[in-house]
Amino acid sequence: MRNRTKMLLLLGLAILCVALYVFYQLNGNYHYAFPRRLVKVCAMVLTGVAIAYSTVVFQTITHNRILTPSVMGLDALYMLVQTIIYFVFGSVSIFVLNAYVNFLTATAAMILFAMIFYRVLFKEGKRPIYFLLLVGMIVGTFLGSVTTFMQVLIDPNEFLNLQSKMFASFNNVNTNLVWLAGVIILLTFIYGWRYMRQLDVMSLGRDTALNLGVPYDKLVQRMLIISSILIAVSTALVGPITFFGLIVANLSYQYFNTYKHSILIVGSCLMSVVALVGGQWFVERVFNFTTTLSVIINFIGGVYFIYLLLKESRSAG
Amino acid sequence: MIQVKEITKYFGKKPVVQDVSIDIVPQKITSFIGPNGAGKSTLLSMVSRLMNADTGEVLLDKSDVRRWKSEEFAKRVSILKQSNFMNVRLTIRELVGFGRFPYSKGHLKPEDEVKIDEAIEYMNLEDIQHNYLDELSGGQRQRAFIAMVIAQDTEYILLDEPLNNLDMKHSVQIMKILRKLVDELGKTVIIVLHDINFASVYSDYIVALKNGRVVKNGPTQDIINSIALKEIYDMDIPVQEQNGCRICVYFNS
Repeated sequence: MRNRTKMLLLLGLAILCVALYVFYQLNGNYHYAFPRRLVKVCAMVLTGVAIAYSTVVFQTITHNRILTPSVMGLDALYMLVQTIIYFVFGSVSIFVLNAYVNFLTATAAMILFAMIFYRVLFKEGKRPIYFLLLVGMIVGTFLGSVTTFMQVLIDPNEFLNLQSKMFASFNNVNTNLVWLAGVIILLTFIYGWRYMRQLDVMSLGRDTALNLGVPYDKLVQRMLIISSILIAVSTALVGPITFFGLIVANLSYQYFNTYKHSILIVGSCLMSVVALVGGQWFVERVFNFTTTLSVIINFIGGVYFIYLLLKESRSAG
Repeated sequence: MIQVKEITKYFGKKPVVQDVSIDIVPQKITSFIGPNGAGKSTLLSMVSRLMNADTGEVLLDKSDVRRWKSEEFAKRVSILKQSNFMNVRLTIRELVGFGRFPYSKGHLKPEDEVKIDEAIEYMNLEDIQHNYLDELSGGQRQRAFIAMVIAQDTEYILLDEPLNNLDMKHSVQIMKILRKLVDELGKTVIIVLHDINFASVYSDYIVALKNGRVVKNGPTQDIINSIALKEIYDMDIPVQEQNGCRICVYFNS
């Protein structure tokens, strides 16, 4: 069982990262630093796991390994919701000051958007999934433009406040929100776990999956909804960071070299934890907060993305 | 028993299959033939519920295929389409193992392994069963996919142009295997064929389609003659008998 060894190695590394983050230079400060670090670690683990899971699922149903769920425009919608909040209500309104209200508004808006989106597009019956992606991209671009438009008009002071929402950040995560997000993500996971083996079959393509008795079209819709819920919750918790899923999903495919989603998904979740928690540790202890994790992730992710594009074009050509 | 009742399918406004009714004879090979765009593959897709008919119905054991539960249907009818693009890297054995999915739901039991071994042996793939699909030749790949369908162990096996891109040797090999499946294991095979001579030599029944309609339907010997072929293909095709096989010499007609 080589994959089992690999998985154990990864698990060890993930635990090491978490332990390092929580206990390094703690100096017995169990009252102040310890609970704070614990909350941050929980937020990172939840976000990482949600994004890894939704990306792998999304790539399986789209049969494409360089897409992330962000093409559906959910990140763009999140930004729009936050911008509207600052634009219309201002930074001292309840929508900003009360973290619950902010979280629930953003999550509800994204999930509602996704549901309506799928409703409308799937109502017509059989449309290829690429049509859905194309519409998602266009809608996302549109939402992005509206956001930029509002940000140009907004009061500069409000814009500075808004900026903190534009990048993923684990520095001021609300403890209670972590619990709430954790429950939602856990429930989605439990619901999604039963489809692991169906996903294996779905990666063989629609015709083969239908032949093997997997109700393909129905499952695609279900998987899109699961993936949207996870993205919505994690984005509302820490901010837009979906791009990151591309890295961990592809690393997981390369590392495990299997078709089994149970392995791929758990693997990519662990890689997420290593990357986020390990990365945040570097940002805090090595770079002393001179940069943010999402900048590093976008940088490394971008480089890796180009590498993937080059690799895919070579294997196609 | 599969019965097709007055099914019609439109792509946009264009009818691709119109008012087609056929009964499939069990434990025989039935070939769908006809010119390009006649609706052969569409008909096969509707029989195998990969596509839904706009009107009419396809019955398996007198019950509409759309009302069958997916997994139960998959134990009765299997379909293999022309192109099998995949995003994952699998070995032959893993692919064949997927054929057991309707029964095992992904947990392969010892009896599933036995079926997989049998299917691999049937298609002569023992030596290369641990090779990856992307390392195989077209003929080996096609055999691997047929092995998956055999492992699925269904009464009905539907194949959409399985001889596409195969050379003579592999085409004959595959047709002989299909013949064996029918004669030895009592399967019912429905196959879309482009080469009329393969249809003539290997099938028991032929359904000829043209512009979405059935133009001829009957035992092979009733279809493979110059008069019927003229009606199907608008070509004068001489038919010659060679060692008991009727061969259509269409190359210079």
